[in-house]
Amino acid sequence: MAEAEALLEVHDVTKSFGAVAAVQGVSFPLYGGEAHALVGENGAGKSTIVKMLAGVHRPDTGTLRVKGADVEFAGPADAKAAGIAVIYQEPTLFPDLSVAENIAMGNQPLTRLRQIDRKAMHTNAEALFRRLGVHIDPNRPARGLSIADQQLVEIAKALSSEARILIMDEPTAALSGVEVERLFAVVRSLRDEGAAIMFISHRFEEITELCERVTIMRDGKHVATEMVADLTVDDMIRRMVGRDLSALFPKQEVTPGEIVLEVQGLSREGVFRDISFDVRAGEIVALAGLVGAGRSEVMQAVFGVDPYDEGTVKVSGKRLKPGSPRAAMAAGMALVPEDRRQQGLIMELSIERNVTLPRVRKLARLGLLFGGEERRAAATWTEKLQTKLGNLSDAVGTLSGGNQQKVVLAKWLSTGPRLLIVDEPTRGIDVGTKAEVHRLMSSLAADGLAVVMVSSELPEVLGMADRVVVLREGRIATVLSRDEATEESVMYAAMGQQVTA
Amino acid sequence: MTPIAFQKPARSLMKTRELGIVLALVLLIVYTTANNHRFLSGQSIRDNLLNTAILAVMAAGEAVVVITRNIDLSVGSVLGISAWASATMVSSHQGLPMIVPIVVGLLVGALCGLLNGILVRYGKVPALVVTLGTLYIYRGITYSWAGGKQVNADKLPQHFLDFANASVLGVPWLVLIAVVVVGGISVLMRNYRSGRELYAMGSSPQAAELAGIRVARNLLGAFILSGALAGLAGVLFAARFGTVDAAAGTGYELNVVAAVVVGGVAVFGGSGTVWGAGLGALLLTVIGSALAVLDINQFWQQAIVGFLIILAICADRLVAVRIARSLRKRDAHV
Repeated sequence: MAEAEALLEVHDVTKSFGAVAAVQGVSFPLYGGEAHALVGENGAGKSTIVKMLAGVHRPDTGTLRVKGADVEFAGPADAKAAGIAVIYQEPTLFPDLSVAENIAMGNQPLTRLRQIDRKAMHTNAEALFRRLGVHIDPNRPARGLSIADQQLVEIAKALSSEARILIMDEPTAALSGVEVERLFAVVRSLRDEGAAIMFISHRFEEITELCERVTIMRDGKHVATEMVADLTVDDMIRRMVGRDLSALFPKQEVTPGEIVLEVQGLSREGVFRDISFDVRAGEIVALAGLVGAGRSEVMQAVFGVDPYDEGTVKVSGKRLKPGSPRAAMAAGMALVPEDRRQQGLIMELSIERNVTLPRVRKLARLGLLFGGEERRAAATWTEKLQTKLGNLSDAVGTLSGGNQQKVVLAKWLSTGPRLLIVDEPTRGIDVGTKAEVHRLMSSLAADGLAVVMVSSELPEVLGMADRVVVLREGRIATVLSRDEATEESVMYAAMGQQVTA
Repeated sequence: MTPIAFQKPARSLMKTRELGIVLALVLLIVYTTANNHRFLSGQSIRDNLLNTAILAVMAAGEAVVVITRNIDLSVGSVLGISAWASATMVSSHQGLPMIVPIVVGLLVGALCGLLNGILVRYGKVPALVVTLGTLYIYRGITYSWAGGKQVNADKLPQHFLDFANASVLGVPWLVLIAVVVVGGISVLMRNYRSGRELYAMGSSPQAAELAGIRVARNLLGAFILSGALAGLAGVLFAARFGTVDAAAGTGYELNVVAAVVVGGVAVFGGSGTVWGAGLGALLLTVIGSALAVLDINQFWQQAIVGFLIILAICADRLVAVRIARSLRKRDAHV
């Protein structure tokens, strides 16, 4: 079925951000009439490849070829003009504009006076939604659409441009089974019309169902490009991971102690409902689920950043005042937020200032801070965490992502917490540092700290957690013990499907 | 103001916003006229419209910039430099036809706007800071150029001064220009690709880049438009008031921004209409003259304008929060 000449060819491309090489020497072809899967762990460089094909990033070295001719994209407009449509992992809609306008943006149908033909625009949108088999009002603003609906609008947008090359970066992450089936039907029909499809997904059953060819990446490097039919799922995983999982997740066996955190019937209207779980000293409990399931929201409410409508949060048996992070901190809680650049660190301040920030009151003498005490406290903790840094007075922004994360951890550990909440602890961190962060969490738990970990990375959840609480659409879908938790059982619970195999 | 105002019954919340301004206007006029029936006389209406015209022209350009999630604070100074340039030109070349100072005013303003746009886009400096800077720079240039002198009405040619009061079919030129500008840009923003792209850029800057919208070109265009219209306003200012010195239009930028915000253009970009901003300019002008007619202390005018701005922003927040809450409940299935 494949044509001799590739519609698009990625040839030996490299891309670095600062000192981090995101993609190194990756090559693969996309043939017309074929769906091509791109797999790799989070951080393997898939999204960077997508952004290069979309014209957002330019490769440092290497070339992109469209129909055999070298191309250079100065921006997303060039990629679009070359017939490439991209569905990004995170929807990129205009909240104030109508759904129809969002779909048509950039190639709106025009009347003879070169005005926008709104009627045709709406008819197009309706036709696309019919083709996808969904009902979304083209007149409503995109603001407030659910994540699944936003994703569907993105898909409709990509279809409307009649691209010959369709790049999909985890388009199914937020979709239900029926919607995924419909999307696949549309993608197959596009493929049969001769379009080249690139498909990124973490779900192997989707890859074997939809794709003919697969390219595997690991740590920014190209591992293999082969026919899907020639590989088993196990082969793919082995090549993707390429290392012993136990080394990456050095979990220590711990006998759990007293109950530290007790959450009962926690509800916040429209966000989550009836959430109950507890965490013992020495335990690592993971909150898993799809994007938008409400994991971070639950922990933000527990910590008091967000309000909640019903339920109780108890720390060591004492009820915690809702909506007060100060009370939570006083009770011995620490929250390491998801977005460390925005919520966890003050980038312009020095490392020592950042580390001692939650304790400035304790460290201050007569309301003033003196350097010595601050420096000593910061030095102790950064050393304990083996943070690689030049000077404690350097701005935090100059550190690498992994070391920044360690500074955030140092900051909270220096308050001597009994309960540590970490939200996506290893997002955007290279593999080596990841293992260190994991080892650290494990040894902290072994010292009797109770840990709640919110994570989207299944291997991390499976490797680190004593128990896994799976959320789906704001409710607890199931609670799995370490032995019960497998990739399949967590994923099925998160997606609301029964194990069928 | 334009035919668009009378399309379809208000369907979205956005449109109820302009309806609110019209309602406020009607109430104000009815109440003031009940107190003093001369408020609705021909001369009074004419004065109000003439006073609105210059503000509305500038508000139209400002609205476009605000819709892209930027702001142009330099418009008062651009008015000043253009008023001075056109007044000195026609005073030394008495025979020039009216179109020449208008074109010169537009060009001077466009150049100022281009500089703003370049600094915002390529200097990566927030528009608030850039245009605050150019506000002082453009004013400073005008001061050093004028050197304390002023151009009086007796030095200006008669046809230049007549322009402000002359009418076509009973409608003053100034008002006609304002209607054409506000109407034309409203249609451009509503019905043309570039207009919708400006809304898209204000609604989500990142998504606009990813969608392949030519952000740089559009942003420069928005600032050039705002500058050019402030330049046009400068010529109209010179013609209407006859006396121009280096301080012409000082502080106007605040009235312009007030008109835009009261007119329902969200300061976070992406929503609002140009004709709404025009209505905002009309409302502010009518409030000023109504207070004079009602014999209320002029001091209150500023307080009322301030109150309206805060009301407008609170209304935006309230609507946004309400929508978010209702959508969250509807879509969450929880």
